[in-house]
Amino acid sequence: MKLKASLTTAMTWFLVLLFFFPVFWMFLNAFKSEQDAATIPPKFVFTPTLEGFQLAWDRGMATYMANSLMASIGATLLILLLAVPGAYALSIRPIKKTQDTLFFFISTRFLPVAAVILPLYMIFKSLGVLDNIIALGFVYAAINLPIAIWMMRSFFLEVPKELVEAAQLDGAGLFKELTQVVLPLVLPGIAAAGLIVFIFSWNEYFLATLLTTSDAKTTPPFLASFVDGRGLFLGAISAAASLASLPVIIAGWVAQKQLVRGLAMGAVK
Amino acid sequence: MAQDQAVGVIKPPSMDKIEKRQAWKRRSILLPALIFAILMTQIPFLVTIGYSTFKWNLLKPDDFGFVGFDNYITVFTAGDLWPSIIATVLITTLAVVLSLLIGLFFAILLDRSFRGQALARTLLITPFLIMPAAASLIWKYSMFDTNIGVINWFVTSLGLPPIEWSTDYPLATVVIVLVWQFTPFMMLILLAGLQSQSKEVLEAASVDGAGAWRTFQWITLPHMRMYIEISVLLGTIILLQVFDPIAIMTKGTGGTKTLSYLLYERAFIGLNVGEAAAYGVIAVVLTIVVATLALRTMFKVFLDGGGK
Repeated sequence: MKLKASLTTAMTWFLVLLFFFPVFWMFLNAFKSEQDAATIPPKFVFTPTLEGFQLAWDRGMATYMANSLMASIGATLLILLLAVPGAYALSIRPIKKTQDTLFFFISTRFLPVAAVILPLYMIFKSLGVLDNIIALGFVYAAINLPIAIWMMRSFFLEVPKELVEAAQLDGAGLFKELTQVVLPLVLPGIAAAGLIVFIFSWNEYFLATLLTTSDAKTTPPFLASFVDGRGLFLGAISAAASLASLPVIIAGWVAQKQLVRGLAMGAVK
Repeated sequence: MAQDQAVGVIKPPSMDKIEKRQAWKRRSILLPALIFAILMTQIPFLVTIGYSTFKWNLLKPDDFGFVGFDNYITVFTAGDLWPSIIATVLITTLAVVLSLLIGLFFAILLDRSFRGQALARTLLITPFLIMPAAASLIWKYSMFDTNIGVINWFVTSLGLPPIEWSTDYPLATVVIVLVWQFTPFMMLILLAGLQSQSKEVLEAASVDGAGAWRTFQWITLPHMRMYIEISVLLGTIILLQVFDPIAIMTKGTGGTKTLSYLLYERAFIGLNVGEAAAYGVIAVVLTIVVATLALRTMFKVFLDGGGK
């Protein structure tokens, strides 16, 4: 019995490490010189260097990451602003209309980005906001709003009715009731929703590559265009990929619980 | 009119009115979100449907006009649509099913206490946190590459010829990267489901002499139904729109030209707005059909399994 347990543990660890290997390899290659990175058999022992990071930096990666940050944080804030009251309205007294509205929202998420990109492109073009980071943030907010509303609603539903009623009897207005009674209770849930929205926006490539060209270019299109021509580049690519992924990796590691609840749209307790 | 009838009893109707006004006030705070969603997604979609009925190529601005369903006829007869639908459905199905199965396997492995369990979970979720564009690049160059890729180093050191992944097995290449990224996603949701199982019921089953497999089949699986549905549905919706690994690794070659990539090609390389819009509309219909089917099938599988 004990042997079986330790065998299972060993197998678990073997599979986990196998699964993690590409990430490990990316981080390792990031610190290799291009010669070391392109060596076969793979080198596990080498003299670490920051050449790769230097190259990514020289190509202006900081600007693109700043753009990504602005679009993602902008989208997240806008979504919180719209989704908190929206989800709260949908969490009070379930009536038939509520379900219709909820269904409407989730159906907008079913809508592939492909279905809206052409008009958005044309409109942005005529408004002169192609390659504009604020415009991109608005689009990210629009795509992720339904998920945020669904998630937040399920968190709002968990707030005990008695608390809200007590606040109403005390004469608290809707604003006070929401900000002082309900919000403090659902803060972890709101954080989960915000985290998911941030991750989706930070990682988004399709829209970014179409709606931005240079000024507002974000990290994913920068990464994709990073490899040009032949030559040794694995170290630099790994460094850029590591830098690009690091914010989300850290956020996800720190907030694992929020991540799970958020991913399951609040269905997981 | 309501006032006339309420003359006799003043208090209750006015209370009612206040409550009604309150209720409307409460609902009205939904409006900003609703208006924003309609402006940014519904109206553009309607415009896309409109575009799809026009002959409109940005390279030929003079040759513009209403053509009804001509774009759809072109799209359905040109021969790109069916391979693309097949590619989309095939890639999505393979990626969802494989990552669900591997994710469930990992969830079961992690749902027991062992040394470093928290660390193992943390490491395992990391692929999902990697930026998809970055993951595609890393796999393309450091894993799949014929000369410097780790996989081919492993393959050749076994004495086998190296594999030209992106030219010989483009579909597998895309699916492997997607499965790698989405297995943690499935695992996280499924693990949460496993951990929410009532310990008493499991103990009772083991006292009653139910074996591990029977317990899994009769107690765990039905309990997991909701979690499996959520993960399949969300995975399907996200993966139907897959673009990143295709744009970065295969450029749509070898049966990997999904609808998103085809639309991208038509609209932003071919500059044919009308035709691309038709692909967009078809992509929406397909998404709704597949997502509905996926959910229905799930229900059926579980109902049948429970009935035997």
